[in-house]
Amino acid sequence: MLQITNLSTAVADKPILKGLSLSLNAGEVHAIMGPNGAGKSTLAYTLGGRPGYEVTGGSVMFSPLRHAGLDPASRSSSSSAQASGTPDQVRGDEDWVDLLSLEPHERAAAGLFLGFQYPVEIPGVSNLQFLRESLNSQRRARGQEPLSGGEFIKLAKEKAGLLGLDMEMLKRSVNVGFSGGEKKRAEMVQMGILDPKLAILDEADSGLDIDALKIVGAGINAIMRKPDKAVLLITHYQRLLDYVKPDFVHVLAGGRIVKSGGPELALELEREGYSEVVGAEVAA
Amino acid sequence: MNALALPTRKAEAWRYSDIDALASVWPLPEPRRILVAAGEVRALTLLQDAEGDAVAIHDHVIEVADGASCTVHLLNIGGRLGRVTFDVRLGRGAHFDLHAAIIGGGDQTLELVTTVTHAQPEATSHQTVRSILAGRATGSYLGKIAVARHAQKTDAEQSVKAMLLTRTATANAKPELEIFADDVKCAHGATVGELDKAALFYMASRGMDPATARTLLLRAFVAGVFDGIADEAERERFETAALAKLEGLA
Repeated sequence: MLQITNLSTAVADKPILKGLSLSLNAGEVHAIMGPNGAGKSTLAYTLGGRPGYEVTGGSVMFSPLRHAGLDPASRSSSSSAQASGTPDQVRGDEDWVDLLSLEPHERAAAGLFLGFQYPVEIPGVSNLQFLRESLNSQRRARGQEPLSGGEFIKLAKEKAGLLGLDMEMLKRSVNVGFSGGEKKRAEMVQMGILDPKLAILDEADSGLDIDALKIVGAGINAIMRKPDKAVLLITHYQRLLDYVKPDFVHVLAGGRIVKSGGPELALELEREGYSEVVGAEVAA
Repeated sequence: MNALALPTRKAEAWRYSDIDALASVWPLPEPRRILVAAGEVRALTLLQDAEGDAVAIHDHVIEVADGASCTVHLLNIGGRLGRVTFDVRLGRGAHFDLHAAIIGGGDQTLELVTTVTHAQPEATSHQTVRSILAGRATGSYLGKIAVARHAQKTDAEQSVKAMLLTRTATANAKPELEIFADDVKCAHGATVGELDKAALFYMASRGMDPATARTLLLRAFVAGVFDGIADEAERERFETAALAKLEGLA
């Protein structure tokens, strides 16, 4: 699904990621934990293609597999699509695509979803308008018919219900006046509607009380725990991992993965602290 | 105003104008005179969407008598030079409301010049101006508020925001207050900005193509300017014209 090799990133000329390597397969949930300043959010933004996050080395290959509803005939890559750099190229041979060569909106159309630690407020643009335009942009990029207003509302209602978010909230401007917990739930509703293949969730649990944490955790499981999908959970604390059980846990420190293991590694980190587990030097 | 001599950019009201374009229509006809009688409530709309290279100048002199109210909705988007002026004189307890949007691209010069004179006590005026400028366009708002010495309890407000889509576009916002009374409330705010980069990335991260994202943000920026047009068909005409112009810019 995702193959990150020796990825290095600089922000404002300052190196943050320093040769990070990581692989995710379909059907897996990976957690990345690490001390503050380790580069966790930088990893998320780099994969999402945020301007200002400059890749200075390495590669990221993405294989979203076959998208539901995609006409098999359009899967075979045509040379014209490759040359023009349209999202068609993501459906090329063996389905591997150079993620870093795509624009942020093309990455999303290819099946990537980035959950924000601090979801952005957009006054004057309603959640429904925002999501319908986003979904239909993705569908057009994949050669699918856009959803009608009625079809979209039905889908939005279903996904909002799953996360216990009132439809009235979705009529309001994107994230404007939402509490921290509402923003995180709204992010999960977005994920449900957009139905990505790979979700990278940056601190999906921050600002959540225990009830909201359960709802968000259940939402992630319901939407993403599927054989053809994968999740990369980026988190400082172990508590979300009580609700979304990872298959693998990695420790990010000093811009690299310094340790990988199973779910027990998260508990060890929680019990002993980062410096005990990965050494004071890298944890600093 | 001397109707014979072509003004120069040294004159304050013409400082940001396109004098070459102006010369082609000089001298200007007499301004349109509007009298809103005592106690009357009047709504005016102006959609300035002159074609291509046209020069469109619309001068208005409005007298709002005691206790009367005048609301103006303006969309200024057309022509090489599109200039709209309002010289408003308010009687006792009169009210003037201006809701304006200026949307320009290419080499357009679009201007809105207002002088609101609070000649008597207890009059109120509210002006909201939203400008979106692309290409090498220049959009200007020159807004003067004059409060006469005995015009106590005046309440005057200007809210001016401009959005620049390119580094080569220009927005001028010049509020000017001339206050001789001492018990008045005059507020003005002016900002010039660019599209919110964090919002653009957030929209892109959800798969929205950049042109759609820009259009949505620009629509949000001018949203509400025409909400107050009571006639639904007229409101739709303004909204449709504004949207079509925006889509041409994004």
